[in-house]
Amino acid sequence: MSLVYAGMCCHAPGITVRPEQADPELLAGLHAAFDQQRQAIEDAGAEVLVMVSSEHFANFFMDNMPTFSMGIADEYESPIENPDWLKVPKVTIPGSPDLSQRIIGQLLETVDISWAQEWKFDHGLAVPLNFLTPEYKMPIIPVNINCQAPPLTPLHRAWALGKALRQAIDAVPEKVALISTGGTSHWPCTPESGKINLEWDKVLVDQLIHKRKDELLDYKFQQTFIDGGAGAGEMRTSICVAAACEETVGEVLFFEPIPVFATTCVIATFFQG
Amino acid sequence: MSVYYVQKLMYNLNRDPDLRERFDKDREDVLSLYKLTDEELEALTKPDIGLLYVMGVNGQILMHYAAIFNMPWAEYLRVMEEGLEKHGPVRSGLYVMSESNEK
Ligand SMILES: [Fe+2]
Repeated sequence: MSLVYAGMCCHAPGITVRPEQADPELLAGLHAAFDQQRQAIEDAGAEVLVMVSSEHFANFFMDNMPTFSMGIADEYESPIENPDWLKVPKVTIPGSPDLSQRIIGQLLETVDISWAQEWKFDHGLAVPLNFLTPEYKMPIIPVNINCQAPPLTPLHRAWALGKALRQAIDAVPEKVALISTGGTSHWPCTPESGKINLEWDKVLVDQLIHKRKDELLDYKFQQTFIDGGAGAGEMRTSICVAAACEETVGEVLFFEPIPVFATTCVIATFFQG
Repeated sequence: MSVYYVQKLMYNLNRDPDLRERFDKDREDVLSLYKLTDEELEALTKPDIGLLYVMGVNGQILMHYAAIFNMPWAEYLRVMEEGLEKHGPVRSGLYVMSESNEK
């Protein structure tokens, strides 16, 4: 058993761009929950962190959009955005190319995943890593699911990737942690930016924590867009990680709408080895 | 279809510091590399962020283009609203599905 921890977190750029505008109590709670997750990952003895994210046209574009992709590089640059704007340090983050190779080799038996030697992390990874691996010493393997450019990856395919990831991770000797970043309602970079559908978020996070597969896979593209905004497509990342540990019930560490971050911020544990 | 090249330009500007430098020095020169309609070319040159939104450019890309011109966030949100008032509902892409697109 080499999956040692799995969970979800949030990645809204506001978390690092404009923290001073958030309610200080909520901000302190969010920071404490990130820290709790960081500690749990470290306590589990994780040697590598696999981050399942939805990037925002930083590396993957409509010229050849992968349904799934995994990094295979020695190292990754972060962030692709202006670091003075995102207010996270410009860093080179170690990868784990040998482990990437082995996991990808195993995944390819059942999942058509592309792989990439070049990958610049955007805020989808750079914001959570700023809290989860503040020293930037933990090797990271990025995974991307197309949550942005329709036709999006079907939800059941994201679930299937999670299952395959678990199998591949359990077949390697390294201790691996698996984190998804995102999925709650938000309307990023549109006139509706700032809107939050709290009731919808509550239902989604509850389904994720309890790994209610049938309900999770029943979301429809257009209705999800109306209820949760374009940003809700990122639920694919968390559905994937929930699938990787379907057998356990998770725990919510933080769940609060933070309007200035334009979304409900969530930190949750899905699995603890 | 061709809003594709509008977005391709924005994607490339985000990733390629040399192209970005060239764009800052001579915008028209860089724009001439892309297959653009007259309306797209005008919207990119001005820049008319509201019109680009109405044409169907994804906000996750458009926001970075607005940032190149140091457009503050509040103004970015305002010019999208103005674009909808002036040019009508979003014409292509994801946001065609928005409930607000019909008003
Ligand atoms: Fe996102």
